[in-house]
Amino acid sequence: MKLADLPQAELEERLRGAGLRLRTGPVVSEIRSAMPPLAEGLALLYGEYPVEDRDGFADFHVRIAPPANLRRWWRPQVQFQFDGAPPFHPLPADQAFPIFEWGLNWCVSAHCHHYLVLHAAVVEKQGGAMLLPAPPGSGKSTLCAGLVSRGWRLLSDELALIDPASGDIAPLARPVSLKNASIEVIRRFAPEARLSPVVHDTLKGSVAHMQASADSVRRAAEPARPRWVVLPRYEAGAKAALAPLPRGRAFMQLADSAFNYDLHGAEGFRVLADLVEGCRCYEFTYADLDDAVRIFDALAEGA
Amino acid sequence: MNLPLLAALRDPAAIAGWDIPRLELLVRQARRANLLSRLALQVELDRLPEAPRRHFGGALVLARAQEEAIRREVAQVSEALRSVATTAVLLKGAGYLFAGLPPAPGRLFSDVDILVPREALPQVEAALMLRGWATTHHDPYDQRYYRKWMHELPPMQHITRQSVLDVHHTILPLTGRLHPDPDKLMRAARPLAGHPGLRVLAPVDMVLHSATHLFFNEEFSNGLRDLADLDSLLRHFGASAGFWRELPERARELELERPLFYALRYTRALLDTPGELHGLREPPAGLRRLMDGLFLRVLQPDHPTAGDWLSPLARRTLYLRAHWLRMPAALLAYHLAVKAWRRPEENPALQR
Repeated sequence: MKLADLPQAELEERLRGAGLRLRTGPVVSEIRSAMPPLAEGLALLYGEYPVEDRDGFADFHVRIAPPANLRRWWRPQVQFQFDGAPPFHPLPADQAFPIFEWGLNWCVSAHCHHYLVLHAAVVEKQGGAMLLPAPPGSGKSTLCAGLVSRGWRLLSDELALIDPASGDIAPLARPVSLKNASIEVIRRFAPEARLSPVVHDTLKGSVAHMQASADSVRRAAEPARPRWVVLPRYEAGAKAALAPLPRGRAFMQLADSAFNYDLHGAEGFRVLADLVEGCRCYEFTYADLDDAVRIFDALAEGA
Repeated sequence: MNLPLLAALRDPAAIAGWDIPRLELLVRQARRANLLSRLALQVELDRLPEAPRRHFGGALVLARAQEEAIRREVAQVSEALRSVATTAVLLKGAGYLFAGLPPAPGRLFSDVDILVPREALPQVEAALMLRGWATTHHDPYDQRYYRKWMHELPPMQHITRQSVLDVHHTILPLTGRLHPDPDKLMRAARPLAGHPGLRVLAPVDMVLHSATHLFFNEEFSNGLRDLADLDSLLRHFGASAGFWRELPERARELELERPLFYALRYTRALLDTPGELHGLREPPAGLRRLMDGLFLRVLQPDHPTAGDWLSPLARRTLYLRAHWLRMPAALLAYHLAVKAWRRPEENPALQR
């Protein structure tokens, strides 16, 4: 069953009561919350995702709720609880949906050590996955959102889950997190894209989440073979340019962006070395998303 | 109460036959108790369904990395202390690991703990500082708290590796009610083959220290993990001749009968650990009932499915008890007042 098949009242009842079991790629999360923005956000962006039964296995049990303090009326807050305990301090209550997204990312990066987990966006075309590792502010999520709204399949905008045994990347296909100016950029670039309401003054500035394409969600059980590593850099006014990146530097960039490279030891080195070995690696400077899509489509066609 | 974790610790082989909801609850409780990786080595993982198996596998990745890190770290400490004419005793996790004892496989570690003679502390600290370890608590009150009243230096952290090292000179605070003689522990400590400057506690002392650490502690997030350590140690050493006779005698000599009593009582109650209580002075019945009410609660995983409405109160009571045992009343009042005055720390996560 898809989440969209649940009537809104039933969705809210599950969230308030026994919990909603939502599948995102390999991960099933049991979600509870009585906060309206969460139910609204889920209904808006997660309609195509499978809802799982109670007799299956849920990986993470999370709750989005006001913390047990006296701030119910005066500047109310929201807390992300993982199995009854909050891994982070509370945030202002209007950030209920963003804290849910960030919290689920944390669940994966802090526990899924059966994958090598990198902080990178991953998109796929023609069977090849493109890894976009980059520090915040480099335009990684914007580029990812742009490509996904032009037919690339989304695997993740934040977490590349590399299976050490096969070297393939498992998709999470959750909504793409957009920050500050990139929200407007994507609204103009893809007017048909569905975005959650903008939440202002978060730790990352203003944020909104863009729905993953239906195709990405439908194919979320389908891993992809890494084919390109692209280090993006947004530069206002720059002409789009794709320059080869030495494999050694690509390797260091990936290792540096990993959440758990240190835990995988020699195996982690082997997995990343094999990955870089099998990829073409580039540095990409860009200002305009249309240029970017044109260049990457050509890359995918040539592959 | 539904406690698959205790059932799994008592009989790990049985897990393979469990249904998915029970396995799910086990993963949740074991993850919270830091015991998932220990169980992962005691279960036939191939017989588990894929979804729970992945969590055991992931926990093993973490445990193996920590074991390797502890091995490297201890080698660095040993190297740093070569210039100091003293021996260092590896305590707790690092001790179990280097002595090749059964609590070690799959265990999660937080830091390295060593015990050195108090008179060697200045040279030990200086030698460690030369190799990159620096003190962590820069507040003058904290420095005084540790150096004057506690049983250890303020935790030291390596400036590049970020690893934490606790340097102890005895096993309970100087201001506490009990004063086990650290010289006796050091004298009985056993050499470690291949590691000339390092030792581990003698078997009975290792059990007594593990018990003391657990039952005098102020928080129990690793309570069940530590109880499982004790279970493994007691089963392992308990098989050798003389252990059960020597244990209560040594406890009396070191003033540690009470923590030993609790260790034997609660390993038996929760993990079916075999043991003999002969010759051990027991606490009065009223106190025993009170402590049962507290310890049987806090030694469960700190998970919503493994407690009752009294669990939070039990945790708070034992927090106060630990402080009460740590220092005299006037000093305690002063210390708690200073701590209460402090500002809370910054948000730890959500950087990316």
